[in-house]
Amino acid sequence: MDIAPVIDGFGVVLQPENLLYCLIGVVVGMLVGVLPGLGPAATIAILLPLTFNVEPVTAIIMLAGIFYGAQYGGTITSVLLRLPGEASSVVTVFDGYALARQGKAGTALGIAAVGSFVGGTVSIVALTLVAPLVATFALDFGPPEYTLLAMLGILLVAAVGNGGRTKAFVAAGIGLLLATVGRDGFTGAERFTFDSLSMADGLDFVPIAMGIFGLAEILHSLENREKLAKPMSKVKNPWPSRKELRQSSGAIGRGSVIGFVLGILPGGGATLSSLAAYGLEKKRAKNPERFGRGAVEGVAAPETANNAAATSSFIPLLTLGIPANATIAVIFGALLIQGITPGPGLVEDHPDLFWGVVNSMYIGNILLLMMSIPLVGLFVKILTVRSTIMAPITVLITMIGVYTVNNNTFDILLVVVFGVLGYLMKKAGFEPGPLVLAFVLGSLLESNARRSLILFDGDVSGFATRPISGTLLAVLVIVLVLPLLGLVYRRTRSGGANAAGPSGPSGPTGPTGHAGPTAGGPDTDGTTGAGDVPRDNSKEEATS
Amino acid sequence: MTSSAPGAAEPAAPTGPDGAPEAATPEELAAQWDAEKPEPAGVVTNAVIALLVIGFGLAGVLGSWALGAGSLGSPGPGTWPLVISSAITLLGLVLLLQARATDDTERFTSESWVIVPAVLSLVPFAYLIEVIGFEIPSAALAFVWLKFLGREAWRTSVVGALLMVAAFYGIFVVALRVSIPHLF
Repeated sequence: MDIAPVIDGFGVVLQPENLLYCLIGVVVGMLVGVLPGLGPAATIAILLPLTFNVEPVTAIIMLAGIFYGAQYGGTITSVLLRLPGEASSVVTVFDGYALARQGKAGTALGIAAVGSFVGGTVSIVALTLVAPLVATFALDFGPPEYTLLAMLGILLVAAVGNGGRTKAFVAAGIGLLLATVGRDGFTGAERFTFDSLSMADGLDFVPIAMGIFGLAEILHSLENREKLAKPMSKVKNPWPSRKELRQSSGAIGRGSVIGFVLGILPGGGATLSSLAAYGLEKKRAKNPERFGRGAVEGVAAPETANNAAATSSFIPLLTLGIPANATIAVIFGALLIQGITPGPGLVEDHPDLFWGVVNSMYIGNILLLMMSIPLVGLFVKILTVRSTIMAPITVLITMIGVYTVNNNTFDILLVVVFGVLGYLMKKAGFEPGPLVLAFVLGSLLESNARRSLILFDGDVSGFATRPISGTLLAVLVIVLVLPLLGLVYRRTRSGGANAAGPSGPSGPTGPTGHAGPTAGGPDTDGTTGAGDVPRDNSKEEATS
Repeated sequence: MTSSAPGAAEPAAPTGPDGAPEAATPEELAAQWDAEKPEPAGVVTNAVIALLVIGFGLAGVLGSWALGAGSLGSPGPGTWPLVISSAITLLGLVLLLQARATDDTERFTSESWVIVPAVLSLVPFAYLIEVIGFEIPSAALAFVWLKFLGREAWRTSVVGALLMVAAFYGIFVVALRVSIPHLF
């Protein structure tokens, strides 16, 4: 492989402006990670307008920094407050908080920071090697392959997310339908514009993402004001001892691999990989009863994995143009707005952007490691800012920000409309992630599906006869059919007891009753084994 | 080792920082989280949601039919929306069948009413920003959210709103030179 562009990429990163934006990105990410409620997807959506005035590479460096920075920050509240700042840090709570109660909060945070750094770095190196290969392979993809790839991406994200799978598919369907608004690229016919000039060119991604992720989360947290606990302990001596490092080195190594692999898969990402890594360590341990009582590996594994996954989930985006999760979908939208369509050609056509972004992650991880250990106290202070004060700040950033995109009042109203829609969806149990992802991929999916049909002369079996699209189709069918089979299996075993599940407040389903990623999900990789790990639904939507 | 933090150094501390009973194992913690979750809505709400989905899907079907459904060999502008709308309708029917077994909805409570003034406060902002610049609408919006939605003290609300506008002025107008209508 040609390493000259890789080296040039470092030149791009080391430009002062890019370094500054990388620093801003990771600091914002860290803050967002610490604050419960506002997730990285919401934050990136809200900050989209700020990226319009800078170079594409600078913009993406900052947005990527927010994403992986949040993985570091989420640890802090998990350990100190038993309050996961991010969905991907939920499992860290068990052993992290137990360690903190034993006066070892510093150890937990230190090992998490080291693990995150190692996981992130391993993942970047692997990304550097793998991404160009994937891109070369994907250069041969035609419309049928892209059709199925996009469908698979949407399906997996909807199927793996927590909450009801049916509702996730509905959300994805609505996203696809929203993407059809505007002039049809093939026939020129106007679709669902209701004779409005503002809608003739289709709905903009920015107000939708800002409304559904940003404003909806602000409104939702307005209703559920969390009682914030005071940080319980001063963190002392965050440098892990040599013994603790040795004890967790295996967990960090395995966590890096799990995180990297699951991060690439659509729908995988940081949350799922942290669960999987925790589950694996618990399974492998000689005395698993240590877990949940302050095992260092129980912090090291998930924290390593979530950071590795956050990094590797850039691979499908940068090489195939398919975002693997909702947060990446927002970054995809940011690229489109900058006039860059991510895809197999990106490495060749925009090497400065590709390698600039990839290499910025090294710098970002070093910055995060430097910040997260000595500056923990400072970040914990953020938690003392009341949510009643945070809410107007975030709502103003959103409102002013979206106006600056086109200097257009209609955009503000769109954000309000989609904010209300997103809020109602949250109340009704629909995840916002699949909607935004499907909206982003909608036009790509439709145009490729139509081109394929024209190519096949209307014969849908054409999708099955091409080798790559045939394989993708097979995977698609498996993803769709497996959960149904599982459902039938459970129904027959439990004699239909599921049908009368608890609907009243008095019947909590227990930790694994629902919403676990492996509870009937497409557990096709067999690596998860984390079905016994409970999850907190309310923190989940943003990162799924 | 953390002598400055009572409760932290004692593994046997019975309560957490928020005074709630301390959950010891992951299972207990999960049960506690489950109990703290907002109450799920009832069967009627679930059925209404399903009917809304079905209605949305049917509207989509009619709309796409009107656009021209085309055929697989020569897809028209309505083909793709028709496929999706039909799928949404079917999924809505599934939701209707599952209405009794659904518990992932959140019940609306008296606290939910806060959303109405919150959303209404954003609409005048949208129209005023073009007319009189962003400063006054922003200060007013921040004040409303601080004082009335957040029930902060008068002084905090006034000073907070002014500080926020000053900070946004610094970021958007001075530092980023974003083209945004402003008075000053």
